[in-house]
Amino acid sequence: MHFWPMVLALAKGLLTSTEIFALTLLFSLPLGLIIALGRMSKVGFVRQIFRIYISIMRGTPLMLQLFFFYFGPYYVFGIRLNKLSLFGVDYRFISVIIGFSLNYAAYFAEIYRAGIESIPVGQHEAAFVLGLTKPQTFLRIILPQVVKRIVPPVTNEVITLVKDTSLAFALSVMEMFTMAKMEAAAHTTMVPFIVAGVFYYVFNFAVAWSMERVEKSLNYYR
Amino acid sequence: MANAVLAIAHAAKSFGGVQVLKDISLSVAKGDVLALIGPSGSGKSTLLRCATLLETLDGGTLRYDDIAVVEDGVYAPKEVLHAVKSRFGLVFQNFNLFPHLSVMQNITLAQTAVLHRSREEAAGTAWELLCKMGLADRADAYPCELSGGQQQRVSIARALAMNPGILFFDEPTSALDPELTGEILKVIRGLAAEHMTMVIVTHEIGFARNVADRVIFMAGGVIVEEGRPGDVIDNPRSDRTRAFLANLDRK
Ligand SMILES: Nc1ncnc2c1ncn2[C@@H]1O[C@H](COP(=O)(O)OP(=O)(O)OP(=O)(O)O)[C@@H](O)[C@H]1O
Ligand SMILES: [Mg+2]
Repeated sequence: MHFWPMVLALAKGLLTSTEIFALTLLFSLPLGLIIALGRMSKVGFVRQIFRIYISIMRGTPLMLQLFFFYFGPYYVFGIRLNKLSLFGVDYRFISVIIGFSLNYAAYFAEIYRAGIESIPVGQHEAAFVLGLTKPQTFLRIILPQVVKRIVPPVTNEVITLVKDTSLAFALSVMEMFTMAKMEAAAHTTMVPFIVAGVFYYVFNFAVAWSMERVEKSLNYYR
Repeated sequence: MANAVLAIAHAAKSFGGVQVLKDISLSVAKGDVLALIGPSGSGKSTLLRCATLLETLDGGTLRYDDIAVVEDGVYAPKEVLHAVKSRFGLVFQNFNLFPHLSVMQNITLAQTAVLHRSREEAAGTAWELLCKMGLADRADAYPCELSGGQQQRVSIARALAMNPGILFFDEPTSALDPELTGEILKVIRGLAAEHMTMVIVTHEIGFARNVADRVIFMAGGVIVEEGRPGDVIDNPRSDRTRAFLANLDRK
């Protein structure tokens, strides 16, 4: 039986999937906030740029965007990056992280924006009259309340991200889905797909469980 | 009125072509309690919002003590506008407490962030005010755990903690159940007894009569009548004031 070696291969793939997952969140969560602020800018031109950015990122397939970031530098600028490696990480993986981060940041930006706009204007007014500056108001009054409101929609995106990491197979990054495909082809069996499915499910179960804890921890006020 | 805490002259304000404030002039001396009454839509809230910089005047003059905020429709530089906020406080109809902060934090936040008081000093001030408001046992509660009357008392404490020279109230009891208005009116009466300078927009005419030194009746964006409560409320000269008061009596 090749069962345990196969599980081991998938587990290695899962490690790569987890790296894509973690790095994407690390970059896209803060980047989304910047994009949300740009999208709400008082300057019409800036607002428009970010509106278009979000529109493109949401309106085209993530897989296409991954291709764009991987092949784009060469096809468009003639720059050969695919041999490049940064700190031992090859450009294949880097372009996956760039694509995922920029794509997810657009979705997070819209969630943040909805959250920020849902805070009653009275909160801004109370802070203003007390003499808080704009940054103080945002960081100490608005943002904490936004975080509480956006946990459910952010959880949705995070769960989607776990499954979306499988799209990296398109660039042959050795994440779990790529491994599952290779194992399945090598041994003409469905088992690797089933095992991968179980891994994805358990991953998401843990994600949902953690986010529920976060939600509960913010339940101390209405 | 060189030493008025608040002086407004010829204030004008329009919303989309509709003039909501027309040539409003008034001044409030230190220790004065001014009640603003008038029908719905007469511009009372707009006046308070202009005075607290939440709205911008189109024209006129606005001064706090020696600080000129607006001079003939021209606003002072940003730094002046920011600094002058320490001169006044505003109590909102619907409290606008910060729901994610405890009662104590609601009162200390601006003290530390704006006035740069130490945590201990801010907490001390907050504690004193909470005792005064009869809320010492609710310091660690969150706003959602309080009654409307308690929330409004916290918001009054939050404003007082900044040591404003003048405190504005915009219908401080309108969002409360009738049985809870009494506790807020009592607090305001207490402040009046301590000679806190206040401008109170209210529909509680009885309260206006016994707490205010002066009453202004506004209608259609102008001051129709102004004077001692005994005059404006009990012996109004203007027909409009009389009609307004008669209408209230019927309700
Ligand atoms: N932001 C705004 N945009 C447009 N119109 C406004 C705005 N704020 C107030 N108004 C209008 O200005 C007029 C005066 O409103 P204001 O809220 O000052 O009245 P008020 O005397 O406080 O009434 P109430 O007793 O009902 O609180 C109203 O006709 C109102 O519709
Ligand atoms: Mg009003």
